[in-house]
Amino acid sequence: MNRLDSRLSLAHFYVAFAAIGVGGLFGLFQTLVRSEMITLPSSINYYQILTAHGVLMALVFTTFFIYGFLYSSIVRTTGPFTSGRRKVAWIGFISMAIGTATAVIMILLNKATVLYTFYAPLEAHPLFYIALALLVVGTYFGAFAIFGQYRQWRKEHQGEKTPLLAFMAVATLVLWLIATIGVVLTVVLQFIPWSLGISETINITLSRTLFWYFGHPLVYFWLLPAYMAWYVIVPKIIGGKIFSDSLVRLAFLLFILFSIPVGFHHQLLEPGISEGWKFVQVVLTFAVIIPSLMTAFSLFATFEMRGRRLGGKRLFGWFKKLPWKDVRFFAPFMGMLIFIPAGAGGIINASNQLNQIIHNTIWVTGHFHLTVGATVALTFFGISYWLIPHLKGRKLTKKMNGIALYQTVIWIVGMFVMSGAMHYSGLLGNPRRTQVTNYGDHAVASAWGPYETAMAIGGSLLFISLVLYLILMINLAFFAPKGQEEFPVGVEADQSLKHPAILENWKVWVGIAFALILFAYTIPVIDIIQNAPPGSKGFKFW
Amino acid sequence: MHMHKLEKVWLIIGVITLIAFLTTVGIQAFASGHAPPSDLTKVDPEKVDETPPFNEPGLKKVGENEYELVMVLQSFGFTPNKVEIPHGSTVKFIVTSKDVVHGFEIAGTRVNMMVTPGHVNSMTYTFEEKGEYLILCNEYCGIGHHMMSAELEVK
Repeated sequence: MNRLDSRLSLAHFYVAFAAIGVGGLFGLFQTLVRSEMITLPSSINYYQILTAHGVLMALVFTTFFIYGFLYSSIVRTTGPFTSGRRKVAWIGFISMAIGTATAVIMILLNKATVLYTFYAPLEAHPLFYIALALLVVGTYFGAFAIFGQYRQWRKEHQGEKTPLLAFMAVATLVLWLIATIGVVLTVVLQFIPWSLGISETINITLSRTLFWYFGHPLVYFWLLPAYMAWYVIVPKIIGGKIFSDSLVRLAFLLFILFSIPVGFHHQLLEPGISEGWKFVQVVLTFAVIIPSLMTAFSLFATFEMRGRRLGGKRLFGWFKKLPWKDVRFFAPFMGMLIFIPAGAGGIINASNQLNQIIHNTIWVTGHFHLTVGATVALTFFGISYWLIPHLKGRKLTKKMNGIALYQTVIWIVGMFVMSGAMHYSGLLGNPRRTQVTNYGDHAVASAWGPYETAMAIGGSLLFISLVLYLILMINLAFFAPKGQEEFPVGVEADQSLKHPAILENWKVWVGIAFALILFAYTIPVIDIIQNAPPGSKGFKFW
Repeated sequence: MHMHKLEKVWLIIGVITLIAFLTTVGIQAFASGHAPPSDLTKVDPEKVDETPPFNEPGLKKVGENEYELVMVLQSFGFTPNKVEIPHGSTVKFIVTSKDVVHGFEIAGTRVNMMVTPGHVNSMTYTFEEKGEYLILCNEYCGIGHHMMSAELEVK
């Protein structure tokens, strides 16, 4: 890849690595504080580092890593950026970086201890909300640079199938653009004027609804780049083929349709929203199971076909033939495997009345540490092990690969222990987002103690793994032997298959997406606005 | 579009399971009355203390073995914060917040609801087992969030 585009991608990766380093350290502290092994110095409080952990991990690490990966994917498949588009992308990076730095400073100054979901009427400093807006707006520049690149490729290759990775990058960003409408509206129209004192009160239910309109597709924004690696990159690494190009595209389009009009399943226990509309969105939520089943089928078909070609016999003989000692395969594969129980947990969370048992318990924290913290993170680790040396003109050596396998295994064990303890004690009622949970040594709460200890053990393992990861990344970026590390891109098994033109007619899919959103949200949102109770003024309870 | 035969079978089984599942959830929610708490009653969050029933928080007997428990939440406590309930009784919890968003959870039961300022939330639960229950706030509400709890004794 050319130097200038590599530099663009790498800038995003460096911010992502800094974010996961600091965010991970805070995560370790949280498990140690909750299990009452340490107390924080009085200059910093638990909820402050909890806010920082959420913002740095869920918003900063993911977004910067994803952009670094999407830029290199689009350049790999459609050619170098034009200098104009590269400039636009850099403007986006600067906006995102300023937003991130400002948000982190406000959190560390204890001016924004509102957690990364920033629920009103807890009121942070206006700069915190402005910083979040800058972060999101920055991503729009990058999205348009990538759209431009894709459009130009199509113009120059009329009648041809677009490169699959480029299509997926565009689909991911289409989802992101539609999803962020909600958070931009609530931040710009509600939070910023309210925190500046321009408007006196805020409509709580509306702000939460707009947040969760964004909050659920946000998780698919993390997941789709992982799917890009599973569908296109992993097949090439194992020497296999993509099962079906068209089905992959269809799956991505279905994710755009069914990940957005579903935010109410995060608000199931909330007053002010009727049972009926909650149920409508629960039904739409579950439609996302269909593309998930398609993904599971296609990926395992790819693995089985490859394993059998290598001589794997009987029902599961092919399984042993896969390249288990190649971290570029092993890490994302383990992520995939973990997504099976993680997805099952998600089904429980969204199941209308079943949600009542686990809502706001630490079960939920356990759930998203399996989805984003294990599935997505392991896949991203797997990507970075070849992409960083690829961008820097270096090689992933055998020795590095060996250490990386250990890093992956420690992460998995740590996550298994921590997330397992979170799931189980959540079922017993242990709340999430809580500094300590002894409640004056109440008998009910004391049963949670051993689980808190397990979380600290898991958290410590995760931190060890994280340190290993960052050492490997520094090595691969600056010290590994010079050479050419491959950017693996798979091809379809049967290339004679026709590709239905509708799969690339974005007007149709974006149109359907908006129709579903309007169906699921118009009436309840009008109701939330028209039947609003008196609004809330801000509170700073930290 | 070409689709492998086994994939079709796989997806058909998946879709049928999904429909069966959602039908079950729907019947339980709407026919058996297990829909999640979705009270639509409004209240001015700055006038909670003057608005009935929150002007007199506490336990009220409304029928044979039936009670209403009115609670006001504010950072970082519940009013009242100690309640005794006779064994076997059915209690309707009626709650609201005077300030920020709180959660109302009775650990180890299915009593769990969001309490947002401006709205009243409510749900009903029958206590079949005696014991010391822990009511806690499960939504971050500020620096003292982990201290926000109340005791409920069923005897």
